[in-house]
Amino acid sequence: MFKYFEPSKFFSITSKAPKYVLILFVIVLTIGLIESLIFSPEDYKQSYSVRIMYVHVPAAWITLGIFSTITLLSIFGYIFKIKNFFLISKSLAPSGFIFNIIALVTGAIWGKPTWGTWWAWDARITSMLILALFYLMYLLSWRIYQDKEKVYKITSIICILGIINVPIIKYSVDWWHTLHQPASINILSKSTIHSSMLFPLMIMTAAFALFSLLIFLMKYNTELIKIKNKGLDRL
Amino acid sequence: MINEIISMNGYGLYVWSAFIFTLISFTSLYVVTKMQFIKEKKKFIAKFGALSSKRASFARTQSTIKEILSNTSKI
Repeated sequence: MFKYFEPSKFFSITSKAPKYVLILFVIVLTIGLIESLIFSPEDYKQSYSVRIMYVHVPAAWITLGIFSTITLLSIFGYIFKIKNFFLISKSLAPSGFIFNIIALVTGAIWGKPTWGTWWAWDARITSMLILALFYLMYLLSWRIYQDKEKVYKITSIICILGIINVPIIKYSVDWWHTLHQPASINILSKSTIHSSMLFPLMIMTAAFALFSLLIFLMKYNTELIKIKNKGLDRL
Repeated sequence: MINEIISMNGYGLYVWSAFIFTLISFTSLYVVTKMQFIKEKKKFIAKFGALSSKRASFARTQSTIKEILSNTSKI
């Protein structure tokens, strides 16, 4: 089964896909921006500051999703010795990190009009900052260590340690009394968000997911070309 | 209408700065990633061009290399 994860098989798809993903991303983002900045209603408590949610929440969701994916791929890659999984993880990490920074910065901007402060050492915000540090450590490990086996091992350890933080981020608002509000959208139970706000939120989430896919494809292609460059040196 | 979109009941500064920060982050990451891709591809083409014809024809048999070379014009 794992032969399907060969880079050469992947590359025939990943080399052609970015331009189509870029077009789709621009279309979805444009719709999302119009919906969230013009048509979405104001909140009865937060007024129009609620519109920050349309960039803050998708960024937070995607950064958590990417870190979980990286961890799974690193663990499977380490157990089954599939180098391509590490390559996919490495290519996913930059967009995950950027989304984490976006979630933190837009959260701070949202905090000022709603809580009266840019920053609070609240459980949710602090655990998101810790996640950013794990992303940073992960990305730096790829730059610092040249030995492939060593970097696979170190990045896997970083992911395993970092993934402990993910459920803490998710449930921090339920476990502790935090400044951050509890989740308004639940998969298993009824969401407390109105459909007029849910629609732009979903569109923006789709746009952000497409952007992370675009960056992943471009980064993955770059990594494959780097490998081929090394291969040409050996010829 | 336009004023309402810009000011958003006094929250415009916060909302717009959050959206602008996001879009700047997106653009920066896209540009950096694209530049890295172009740099590696140029390096690859230069290295491939420097190969002897025998080595080049051997390298051309590899599917990934074929794919990179076929997309060269689309940098």
